[in-house]
Amino acid sequence: MTLTRRHFLKSAAIAGAAGTAASPQFWIKNSGMAWAAGKEIKVGVLFSLTGTTAVVEKSLHNATLMAIDEINASGGINGMKVVPVIEDPASDPATFAEKANKLVLNDRCATVFGSYTSASRKAVLPVFEKRKNLYWYPTLYEGRECSKSVIYTGAVPNQQQKEFIPWLVRNFGKRFYLVGSNYIYPKEENNVCKILLKELGGEVVGEEYVPLGHSEFGSVLNKFRETKPDVIFSTVVGDSVIALHKQYKAAGFSPDRMPMASLTTSEVEIAAMGGEYAAGHFTSAPYFMGHESAENAAFIEGYQRRFGKDSVTHFVSEAAYFQVHLFRQAVEKLGTGDITPTNIRDAAGGQEIKAPQGRVKVDADTLHCYLWPKIGQAQANGQFKVIQQSADWVKPEPYWAYPGLSCTRDGLKGA
Amino acid sequence: MDILLSQLFTGLSIGSVLLLVALGLAIIYGAMGVINLAHGEFVMLGAYATWLLQSTLGLSLLPCLFLVFLMVAAAGWAVERTVVRFLYRRPLDTILATWGVGIMLQQAVRLAAGADLRYVETPNPLSGSIDLAGVAIPSYRLFVLAFAAALLGVTWFVVQRTEFGMKLRAVTQNREMASCTGIDSARVFSLTFAFGSGLAGLAGALVAPIKSVAPDMGTNFVVDAFMVVVVGGVGSLFGTVASSGLLGGGTAGFAFLLNDTLAKALVFLGVIVLVRFRPQGLFAATGRR
Repeated sequence: MTLTRRHFLKSAAIAGAAGTAASPQFWIKNSGMAWAAGKEIKVGVLFSLTGTTAVVEKSLHNATLMAIDEINASGGINGMKVVPVIEDPASDPATFAEKANKLVLNDRCATVFGSYTSASRKAVLPVFEKRKNLYWYPTLYEGRECSKSVIYTGAVPNQQQKEFIPWLVRNFGKRFYLVGSNYIYPKEENNVCKILLKELGGEVVGEEYVPLGHSEFGSVLNKFRETKPDVIFSTVVGDSVIALHKQYKAAGFSPDRMPMASLTTSEVEIAAMGGEYAAGHFTSAPYFMGHESAENAAFIEGYQRRFGKDSVTHFVSEAAYFQVHLFRQAVEKLGTGDITPTNIRDAAGGQEIKAPQGRVKVDADTLHCYLWPKIGQAQANGQFKVIQQSADWVKPEPYWAYPGLSCTRDGLKGA
Repeated sequence: MDILLSQLFTGLSIGSVLLLVALGLAIIYGAMGVINLAHGEFVMLGAYATWLLQSTLGLSLLPCLFLVFLMVAAAGWAVERTVVRFLYRRPLDTILATWGVGIMLQQAVRLAAGADLRYVETPNPLSGSIDLAGVAIPSYRLFVLAFAAALLGVTWFVVQRTEFGMKLRAVTQNREMASCTGIDSARVFSLTFAFGSGLAGLAGALVAPIKSVAPDMGTNFVVDAFMVVVVGGVGSLFGTVASSGLLGGGTAGFAFLLNDTLAKALVFLGVIVLVRFRPQGLFAATGRR
């Protein structure tokens, strides 16, 4: 084929149009804009305000906005005002991904705070990795993740269990019954629990997973009756926690002899079941509302002033709160022209802050946090009494149960 | 032996909850042929009504029950008058309409009472457990079992032995013919729908102390209730009882031998096989339909 003038013009026009269309500036307004412009820095707030997990996520949303308020009230970050862009992903992982895209591309948020469930975090992960943006995740979770686009401020299994399991064995005995909801988080936690028990010469007398939302624990309780464990290790989540505690008590069991030891029961669940059902059982977490410190008193006072005097704070809302302050510290270190999500991430590594639970630090290698695990015993008034706190902050080891694998600054190493 | 006994009781108590939830549906679906997908939401309304009465008036559970029955029955009556009665000749549209009503009720409760989980107290004398042949039986579960049996008795009496029941049976068999003999069939249907909804409300009030109270709690119940009615046979009260017992016992047994996740799957599998070979259910009502 010879190249005629007409042909050439036609293809050039098509190529030109395609070229414009392919560059992000053409499709997405604002994409050429700086991350912080006109004395403002935009951050995304991505917690479900409707749908099944809205109850808990609303409290994370509140804690995040409260921290942003505090920062702006004290003059912003280097004179820049933090502007929250709020989206409601409606408890649906696909919607999470869609809204994350919008926050990152259209709104040009330099960072997004969000997610409660692992499913929603996994859904948004590709967005943040592809767009080189930064996500802050406040929930305790199963570990085994080493993304360089997420800062994890909740506990991983080694932080919640390493002191808890030996303490339980010492105080109650070696025979454990593991019961959890049927999904990834309880299975990973139970893996860690089994390794720790083996080291201590303990025994797993039963392992059981119930469907999410399960509310008939009669058969499970009969298995407790039959196997007579010393400790019931529970990673049941959501509504099921309430049904389990109520039916446990009605079946005539007593936490003095066979306590439930949980990683997931917080002040929120206890408020929904009534304190008398939770009283005597144990939870391990880095934060309890009943923890005594000046930072926590200020946190609770501020939270209740904004959201009602009956509202409770818990181990996820605390992380949702302090992670925004960690963000502030990281951005403070950067010049206005240097503000990009990647630079914020690099500046966040090694940052320390006095959180309500104690002094926490972002581990520069794993981007998880050094935390202060505590053992709390639920009381009839709906609060936890902190009965033991770790002597030092505990290093996050997201691959603790997987020898040979380690999360480093350059990503996952080993095996 | 102890374990066998307590397992038997677990089966019975799961069955009794199923029966409570399914009874109202059995009436509405069995007698009127209306596939009421909002049934679960009436259960939820009952639970919330109990919570409301308990937290505002400080009533204990037992005095609540009667009021809850009336409140939810009234809601059911309103739904029948405003939506369902226009659709008796269009069964497929009823499914869609009642589903829509269900969503609206769910969201209305979410807006009015908030999305927080609520809790309903177990009445004090029933909060412990009693010893029965060496087995600790939760007293509240025993109470629920007895109450379900009593409600069944009342329902049977209403349908079989009262004038209203006779009219209901007549309308069920042939609506036109019944109208010709002077029965106000529209009124009979409204009252039946209200009665069935009231029963659902009672079920909600009774399960609230065992489980959690949330706006979306009805979704699971409606599936269970339909399963019970379909297995038992449409229009047969006895079938409803038998299938509640069977499904409750089956779920409890499999859950004990295997685990709850598998139990659910196996019970569903059993239901599918049964419906394949006996689509009319275990105890189908005989007669012209």
